[in-house]
Amino acid sequence: MSNASDVLQVSLWRGGAEGGFKTYEVPLRPNQTILDIVTWVQRNLDATLSYRFACRVGMCGSCAMMVNGHPRWTCRTHVAKVAQKGVVEIAPLANMPIIKDLAADMRQFFDKWVVAHGAFAGSKTRADEIELIKPAEPARVAVDAAIECINCGICYAACDTVRWNPEYLGPAALNRAWSLNNDVRDADHAGRLAAVSADGGCHNCHSHQSCQAHCPQSLNPTRSIAGLKRLSTQAYLRGDLKP
Amino acid sequence: MNVRFYIWQRATAAVMLPMILVHLVVIFYAMNHQLTAADILSRTQGSIAWGLFYGLFVVLASIHASIGVSNILREWGHMKARLAEMAASALGVTLLVLGLRAVAAVVLP
Repeated sequence: MSNASDVLQVSLWRGGAEGGFKTYEVPLRPNQTILDIVTWVQRNLDATLSYRFACRVGMCGSCAMMVNGHPRWTCRTHVAKVAQKGVVEIAPLANMPIIKDLAADMRQFFDKWVVAHGAFAGSKTRADEIELIKPAEPARVAVDAAIECINCGICYAACDTVRWNPEYLGPAALNRAWSLNNDVRDADHAGRLAAVSADGGCHNCHSHQSCQAHCPQSLNPTRSIAGLKRLSTQAYLRGDLKP
Repeated sequence: MNVRFYIWQRATAAVMLPMILVHLVVIFYAMNHQLTAADILSRTQGSIAWGLFYGLFVVLASIHASIGVSNILREWGHMKARLAEMAASALGVTLLVLGLRAVAAVVLP
């Protein structure tokens, strides 16, 4: 490398949980993203480097990693924004087991979506009339505010409560539950509310708001979780919910 | 933490908050009027109102603290739920006994 100012010192996590950081020199380019760096290392320096990506344009949620200690979507994170004196440290997403190198095992993240009844439960058939939904209705406004999640796991990696309590369902699953419980077409509101009101559910949230601070889609899972707490409290006081 | 514990912890906090303000006003009053221990005891001994006020506060504080400590033991102490609940319940009973003893000491004639 010719000029120090043209070179980035990039530390990448290598190996599994017992692995460590290895430093590489990567040429600095204009408009370079963190994913560009990782890809450059794999193609030019070490083909055994494992990482996960797909769309490269911020839609699929596959490429999230820890960048200088913060979870970020790497395909939309410019090096110029996050490099600290020409140094970048990239690790697999926190709060998840490491598979290898920069690839985290996201099974528990998605399993918790299932526990939180994250699947839409339809109550109609194709023979029924289409439900008319007015965009300005408060419930639909709440759905719209929470619906653009791309399942990247960044909020889960940023969450202190997930780190402290492995049973906690996490911001994404709870945000999904909130959006479905505001969907008038869904038929599992009571079952879902019971699921997110049990041990490990929405009441564990400490409202630190790391999820909304890091969400690349600018969603606010803390607000969704607060909504679930409200619904859950009302249902419990009515006697509809028995934990 | 489930919805039942959540509601108990928030509800006890909501009731304790104005009670703490009353307690602070009582402290300022006692200091400003330079009340001695004998002056204070002469007002509290035999008082059903002060007995109920501080008795209720002790009960609420015991419930509130034990739920919070159970959470801390699980999240920061990595204790199993059952063990954390048992330890926190023991703390709650201890706070209850010590608190009610203290209330009795200043209220009973």
